[in-house]
Amino acid sequence: MANLIGAKLERKEDKKFLTGKGRYTADINLPNQTYAYFVRSPHARAKITKVDHSKAMKAPGVIDIFTGDCVVKDKIGGLICGWKIVSQDGKDMKCPPHPVLAKDSVNFVGDHIAVVIAETLEQAKNAAELVNVNYKLQKAVIKTSEATGSENIHEGIDNNLSFDFLLGDKGKTDEAFSKADKIVKIDLVNNRLIPNAMEPRAAIGDYNTSSDELTLYTASQNPHLDRLIMSAFNAVHPEHKFRIVSPDVGGGFGSKINVYAEDVVVAYASKKIGRPVKWVAERSESFMSDNHGRDHITHAELALSNDGKITGLKVDTIANLGAYSLVLAAVTPTYLYAPLVLGIYDIPVACCTVKGVYTNTAPTDAYRGAGRPEATYVIERIVTKAAKEIGMDQAEFRKKNFIKKFPHQQCLVHNIDSGDYNAHLDKAIELADYKNFENRRSQSAKKGKLRGIGFSSYFEACGVAPSAVVMSIGSGVGLWESAEIRFNATGNISVFTGAHAHGQGHDTTFAQIVSDKLGVAIENIDIVHGDTDKGPFGMGTYGSRSLAVGGTAIVKACDKIIAKGKKVAAKMLEGKPEDIDFKAGEFILKNSNKKKTIGEIAFACYLPGSFGDIKSPLPEGVEPGLVETSFFDPSNFSFPSGTHICEVEVDEETGETKLVKYTVVDDFGTIINPLIVEGQVYGGIAQGVGQALYENANYDESGQLTSASYMDYTMPRADNFPQIKLDYTCTPATSNPLGVKGCGEAGTIAAPAAVMNAVIDAVGTDVSMPATAEKVWKALKKNGSKKAAA
Amino acid sequence: MKNFNFKSASNTKEASKLASGRATFLAGGMSILPAMKLRLAAYTHLINIKKIKSLSGIKVSSKSIRIGAATTHAAVAASKEVGKSIPSLAILADGIGDPQVRNRGTIGGSIANNDPAADYPSACLALKATIHTNKRKIAADKFFKGMFETDLKKGELIESVEFEVPEKSAYAKFPNPASRYALVGVFVAKQKDGVRVAVTGAASSVFRSKELESVLLNNFSPSAVDKATVSDKGLNSDIHASAEYRAHIIKSMARKAVSSC
Repeated sequence: MANLIGAKLERKEDKKFLTGKGRYTADINLPNQTYAYFVRSPHARAKITKVDHSKAMKAPGVIDIFTGDCVVKDKIGGLICGWKIVSQDGKDMKCPPHPVLAKDSVNFVGDHIAVVIAETLEQAKNAAELVNVNYKLQKAVIKTSEATGSENIHEGIDNNLSFDFLLGDKGKTDEAFSKADKIVKIDLVNNRLIPNAMEPRAAIGDYNTSSDELTLYTASQNPHLDRLIMSAFNAVHPEHKFRIVSPDVGGGFGSKINVYAEDVVVAYASKKIGRPVKWVAERSESFMSDNHGRDHITHAELALSNDGKITGLKVDTIANLGAYSLVLAAVTPTYLYAPLVLGIYDIPVACCTVKGVYTNTAPTDAYRGAGRPEATYVIERIVTKAAKEIGMDQAEFRKKNFIKKFPHQQCLVHNIDSGDYNAHLDKAIELADYKNFENRRSQSAKKGKLRGIGFSSYFEACGVAPSAVVMSIGSGVGLWESAEIRFNATGNISVFTGAHAHGQGHDTTFAQIVSDKLGVAIENIDIVHGDTDKGPFGMGTYGSRSLAVGGTAIVKACDKIIAKGKKVAAKMLEGKPEDIDFKAGEFILKNSNKKKTIGEIAFACYLPGSFGDIKSPLPEGVEPGLVETSFFDPSNFSFPSGTHICEVEVDEETGETKLVKYTVVDDFGTIINPLIVEGQVYGGIAQGVGQALYENANYDESGQLTSASYMDYTMPRADNFPQIKLDYTCTPATSNPLGVKGCGEAGTIAAPAAVMNAVIDAVGTDVSMPATAEKVWKALKKNGSKKAAA
Repeated sequence: MKNFNFKSASNTKEASKLASGRATFLAGGMSILPAMKLRLAAYTHLINIKKIKSLSGIKVSSKSIRIGAATTHAAVAASKEVGKSIPSLAILADGIGDPQVRNRGTIGGSIANNDPAADYPSACLALKATIHTNKRKIAADKFFKGMFETDLKKGELIESVEFEVPEKSAYAKFPNPASRYALVGVFVAKQKDGVRVAVTGAASSVFRSKELESVLLNNFSPSAVDKATVSDKGLNSDIHASAEYRAHIIKSMARKAVSSC
């Protein structure tokens, strides 16, 4: 019971998931249900001159067809950008209209135009083929680098520039560079990725014509936020009559934060036809229409003094927003990115500009790490390059420049409360057997392989986030979190959290916290999430925030339970509340052997009456019941950090790269469940390695997505990985009582730089992500390799 | 997937008779079913040939191995006879797709489909296979016509594929990182009367590399491959590899195959 914090418990939820008993949106079937199929644009950019669905309406099984005209007529609002950025000239970012069904123009392949509702899915698909859309094709703008010089995609948005963001002091940075002994420069591409959650998106709208209640089942990371947005902005249904259920969700990685067109349209269509409407994405729809991630091009410069101290940093980035601006599309490459380019180095002055541009590609948004992997990639690549250029050992160079005193106010935004960067670097070096690397390099050379080593010492700003901070920099909502602890009369507990689990293991970790705090057996604690009708309003799960923010809300609610319990126990034990101690599930009157278990207190709280000799256990003024709610808004972000060390072997003849050794030491602050953290780190690293070596969303010149299936989009697989060595250091966070920092994104944040630094070390020349066999081969050939040329 | 009629044939004659109109044969369904689900293909009739007993099985003689068209990849991979007489063929079968595909997919289906990146067509060309149909015998050299195109006529059904046992042979595959089909697959076989090198994955259809055959005929060793010039003309260029890279990998895989012979 007690002391469960830090216990390596197996996940409570795994039994259902591993035995196929998970209940996902696609598993839900409602009586009288209909099926939706979307007509999507096959073109990257076109004017719509006509949508003729007269033939399709007559097709067998068709119930109705809705188009852009319908949603305009019914005043359904468009999709929103939830966090607005201000450009350096003081002007607000520019957001184009983003209708849920396109009326006048389409702007990427997969853009939603109409929806066919039919009795069966096959009938809906057959009819969709009969919807005749006339297009007037226009030249598509695809490349990130060419967006600002191309024709305007959206009316009134010149140069396709949404914002031109600046963080830092440009004048002082220029001054530092003018005094620098050495300047190191780098050009980087951060490749576009497709999230690929295992469960494709799905939504079922279910309007009850009798009660006027609308229920939307949707695979979302944040059902309450969805409901708020769909009520307030899309005008689908009033919030108090609107329930959103996100049942088991099979992975999100940021791709299930947004309210998507399909969510709004199935909810709207259900109201229109008075029957449930179900839509489940096919995998190819996921590829085309889930938000994509990353897609930056960056030029960065690092100023150094002769003794190897960093004296300044300049970063200029162009971030591809895709066709529209999604909920977190603008904050991801700005406030989640720019402050983080400093890494964990004591850099006195810096500036970072980010141009957000529109193109005719799928919209981008937060994807596991959201801004922080991109930032880490910049700083860890340039730091490695700098060490090499000045001939200093890369570990030494890092240590020389690490922040060493905490709290540390960085020159851009963050005030880092805690950390010990030397500690995780030293531990990683030890664990990775860095000192013998050159021996391993020669061993590999004997097998005809080029071996390389790469470091990535990262930090991230997690636990998003303090409302006061985020709302002052453009967020449309505060990012606190809620929890409710509901004791039942029989002594077991339902815990309602505003966070949402879609693979993170909250059922276990959150129950561990409650068990530890309240001394109730873990099997008597149920974690409830994902239903707006059950728990209080919550912000959902993203940005490694669930534990630091949501977990803390649970702790605070537990504290309230204990406080009330003490009052009740005091009366029952005939003492004063201040003389009651609570320990391991028992309320004990000081200096006595009198005590009550928390179960007895809960029972008493629900039986407050007096019956004959039985006196009410409740003190005067204390309400019956034992239910407490807490909303936690942190004072600061949390700052996990760590060091990854990667070794690769490159086949000189074919250019193939193989990951042969991987070591990671993380500082996540307090760890609640090491087994779950391990899983999060492995998964995160796999995704980061995916970006570095395999994954790439590729559009051709006309804007066709040529990597739109697993035949063409390379996912990392188990056989691509060696056993990862993993360890921790710990400096607890000071911004929450648990001391936790967050771990869900760390692997993805640090891995790309570690892997690419290793590849470049092996090859001896620059290679861009993903480092495919052909790219590496070409680099080797250019570098004069005879084997590569043979 | 659009609706279709499903019929099972109990012998090849019946199968052939049922195959009228927009019909096709269904064995493992590893290519045709995904194509139909994606609406890239639609048929009015699918004729199930899995129940035709004569189409499954492996017969071995000293000169050849004859494999029934509906024999699964897993069966070929596990066959001791194949492993003994043409080990490269068993290894090739063991490397097709994943376990699910190998347990359903068939040799006849693979070569009738003639996917440009399929493995079996390279074995057919290099091992001088004869394709036995319900109508005739077709030499592998004449069977593979182009991308997804073969010499099969409408209603013609592959009954078995007969491979000549070579002196030695090997298959080396460089997998496409995404699909793990062959980005380039090279099948090398040394017969009494010559050398055959068949390449899959690199062009619109499987082909024999005359350049590699001629250098290996003189000297069947990995170093001989260095002397060959493999042109990138006519090779595929796509998001996974340029023609230039495929040409390079053909040589690399040829070297690997020869050295493992």
